[in-house]
Amino acid sequence: MSCTLATGQLRALMQRIELGAIDYAILIVYFAFVLGIGWIVRRSVRNSDDFFLSGRSIPAWVAGLAFLSANLGAQEVIGMAASGAKYGIMTSHFYWIGAIPAMVFVGIFMMPFYYGSRARSVPEYLKLRFDEKTRGFNAATFAVMTVFSSGISMYALAKLLELVLGWSFHMSVLLSAVIVLCYVFLGGLTSAIYNEVLQFFLIVTGFLPLVLIGLRDAGGWAGLKAQLATVATNAGYAPGVWSESWRHLDAPGANPMGVEWFGMVMGLGFVLSFGYWCTDFLVVQRAMAANSMIAARRTPVLAAIPKMLFPALVILPGMIAIGMHVTRGGLLPATADGTPNYNLAIPALLAHYLPSGLLGLGLTALMASFMSGMAGNVTAFNTVWTYDIYQSYLRPGRSDRHYLRMGHAATVFGILASVAAAYATTRFNNIMDMLQLVFAFVNAPLFATFLLGMFWRRATGHGAFFGLLTGTVVAAIHHGLTLPRGTPAGLKGAFLGAVLHTYPSEMAQNFWTAIFAWTACFVATIGISLATRRTKSDADLQGLVYALTPRQPDDRLPWFKRPAMLGAIVLGLTLLLNLIFW
Amino acid sequence: MNLDVRLPIGLMFMAFGVLLTGYGLFSSDTIYQRSLGVNVNLWWGLVLVAFGIVMLALAGRRRRGQGTTE
Repeated sequence: MSCTLATGQLRALMQRIELGAIDYAILIVYFAFVLGIGWIVRRSVRNSDDFFLSGRSIPAWVAGLAFLSANLGAQEVIGMAASGAKYGIMTSHFYWIGAIPAMVFVGIFMMPFYYGSRARSVPEYLKLRFDEKTRGFNAATFAVMTVFSSGISMYALAKLLELVLGWSFHMSVLLSAVIVLCYVFLGGLTSAIYNEVLQFFLIVTGFLPLVLIGLRDAGGWAGLKAQLATVATNAGYAPGVWSESWRHLDAPGANPMGVEWFGMVMGLGFVLSFGYWCTDFLVVQRAMAANSMIAARRTPVLAAIPKMLFPALVILPGMIAIGMHVTRGGLLPATADGTPNYNLAIPALLAHYLPSGLLGLGLTALMASFMSGMAGNVTAFNTVWTYDIYQSYLRPGRSDRHYLRMGHAATVFGILASVAAAYATTRFNNIMDMLQLVFAFVNAPLFATFLLGMFWRRATGHGAFFGLLTGTVVAAIHHGLTLPRGTPAGLKGAFLGAVLHTYPSEMAQNFWTAIFAWTACFVATIGISLATRRTKSDADLQGLVYALTPRQPDDRLPWFKRPAMLGAIVLGLTLLLNLIFW
Repeated sequence: MNLDVRLPIGLMFMAFGVLLTGYGLFSSDTIYQRSLGVNVNLWWGLVLVAFGIVMLALAGRRRRGQGTTE
């Protein structure tokens, strides 16, 4: 309901904008290149390994940018800007305490097992390390999640085009689905990765002018801080809450996120971010496609370098938008309950600042981000479906040709399912909160399983499977018994009837759901493992567990190619960013 | 892989840059009120052309076999 109201209001706001021929020209050039890459790359797809894993031939820097870009879907661009407006610079913790340390960790400590085991997917690693049922559980939940995320990307894109261009929702869904379908169908993962690199540069060059103009208009960082101080005091907080990332984390009531430092560091940093970046096949697949072990280990670490600067591109616009909205009035249209519609921060800024020409580039960048998110999910889905579900349970032992055909069919099916999911995505004001909820149920316990699997050889298949199940159930129970303040029982919590605890915000509830789920899985996996017999000997676990895998000597490489050295530099710079914006 | 990804990137940004620069030269000043009076199309177009040239140069260097495999 709130969406249709906001649509009407924004359309009134956006009527001043007319897309010119130049804007359409840029859009068409982009589409031509995207499809052209798929067309050229299709010749390199000869077997299923080429289609699903790019034949393990991608250089580290290309894989790294794709690693970054695959995650640049609706969640990143619309969600992060929305959170930037709603919570201010504290949103940067998703990067500076969340993504970056996790990316360094997966590159240095986990890639040796993912890449070294020659597993073709994350679920397949679970089968090699644990057993069939653990793989099945992970493959099934992951398949559902990717389709869901891809649907959200598509929904956000279609909604946006409806607002800005007046295109019909159905036509936008169809258009984006067909383009992504074409290039993934033709060139498989290679095509997706190449387009992700293209999209990375497009997103940077499309949004940077917006940020520069917006910041200049606000009077630089000092001017923006002054505006944000008004935002904060109007909302009843200390003046620095929107522009200082750590100072207001001593109590949940002191900031709009409703989180204190422990929930932030443990829930978002340790559990959710490590859970996502270290175990989500969508991103790990990009590193698995790298052309050597050392390139695979460098992939996430190289990706972390631009990643740590991304708050300037995706969170800062949200902060600029809310600053303008409050101090100059009415940039963001209101939702039905009277709060500003944060999801429209970026589109509203695009419409406000960019003239025809750059407007086309900015819109193309937005479309690129949605498509890369969608394609990332679709390529991960078709791989997990074909290798971990179809080949494992439905039709084992067929020819490679057969599975390649299945991969093509799964691409079509995955996109159709995402279209269905797109139509189901209209309930939450802030897409980010909803995604965090899904991640909390599925991903939070998963990281405990991987941590124990990779670093403790005694962890057994039964332990892993029932530990995961326990973690997911605990997540659901915790969510079902708690409620964010001021929301009705239902999807957002308390669906089990009773309310044992009320959190100040959805974000806080999600972080704590994750903490509970992770802890439950960790404890249950250890307990059950100790009570069950090991089914895999030390010899079976070679290359799968830290203590049983030979170290990778990298001291013959120059320092800037060593994963550990790069990781240390990245962490140092991230610490510096945390201190500057403390 | 036969295709160096820097080639399509370079070509695409050259195309964007030329389109924007050209439009910036011939569009009227009134549309730049919203961008604080700066002809952003012209300037950003030139930036994109420069970026495109750098990408094409890198791709070309590798094609001649002098670049690293990195």
